[in-house]
Amino acid sequence: MKLIGELSVPLIIIFVMLYALYRGTDIFSSMTAGAADGLKTVVGIVPALITLLPCIYMLRASGALDALCCLIRPLLSQIGIPSETVPLMLLRPLSGSGALAVGSDIIKQYGADSYVGRCAAVMLGSTETTFYVIAVYFGAAGIKNTRHAIPAALVADFAGFVAAAFFVRLFWG
Amino acid sequence: MLFNLIIVIMVLFSIIFGILSGSITALAPAALDGAKDAVTLCLTLCGMICLWSGLMELMKRSGLSEKLSSLLSPILTRLFPTAARESETMFALSSNVSANLLGLGNAATPAGIKAAKGLKRLSGIDSASDELCLLVVMNTASLQLLPTTVASLRASLGSATPFDILPAVWLASLFSVSCGIFAAKLFSHFSRT
Repeated sequence: MKLIGELSVPLIIIFVMLYALYRGTDIFSSMTAGAADGLKTVVGIVPALITLLPCIYMLRASGALDALCCLIRPLLSQIGIPSETVPLMLLRPLSGSGALAVGSDIIKQYGADSYVGRCAAVMLGSTETTFYVIAVYFGAAGIKNTRHAIPAALVADFAGFVAAAFFVRLFWG
Repeated sequence: MLFNLIIVIMVLFSIIFGILSGSITALAPAALDGAKDAVTLCLTLCGMICLWSGLMELMKRSGLSEKLSSLLSPILTRLFPTAARESETMFALSSNVSANLLGLGNAATPAGIKAAKGLKRLSGIDSASDELCLLVVMNTASLQLLPTTVASLRASLGSATPFDILPAVWLASLFSVSCGIFAAKLFSHFSRT
């Protein structure tokens, strides 16, 4: 199962390249144009991370994060979620860059290949910035009464967190 | 607005906790460390994010994302019967889902917005229709084949095998989307239009 992830990357790259070759797309200029777009994405993330990471580091240095984890641990251990990921779960639906900052803090603190680090990474990868998406879509469609969209989206987020912890435990536990 | 409040609360809490636990002197170096790490992190992430953006652009230009969206149409027609009445909305919808799958965030949002507008028009009501809620729920639960930012993050923080989490990410997102769709169907019976 772990091999699938590692293998899928070179396989997807070669599949996309072969398909492009077959369709006669200019591979090199497409990839460099995309890479230039990627630079813009990174430039967009830098200011947000510079603002947010110091806040999160201060919170960790003060001991507040550990206290929060201890407080919620008994509740979360029932459903198998490591309490170290609480700050990530709280920020994930609200802010993409905030989640990236807090996720990187957790992964750095506990190690990228640790259980907690892997959990944080899977949580980050399997959920979205819920409130941002809701604001953009309903804003664009001009809808004020969002009915059950927010509760259903939060159910999806929560299910994603539980499943992330479950599958990491299943594969690496 | 909420987010501004959260930032202030984070700093306020660290100061209160710092005083209580006697670790107040650790705050200033931590803030500096955070700013420094933010830049290092972005630098190490930069290469991989750009490489993946390149590959994603290739998926777009070679027509692979269009191909995927036509493959997705049959499933989406069943989930969105109203959208299926208008080919333009259906096309925007399937482009949105396929762009999300391939990680083409820049393409997913405009297509999704077009689909949302189409769904609102077709539903003929001012509040969010069941299908519009479903579209939003599917977009808030990330369905992504290659969660490249996360993998890059793991790599830059010293993971030996940054992509080994992929199967876990796929299964977790699949579960999350299924729960979201189920919850949307269930809640739609109780929420008034």
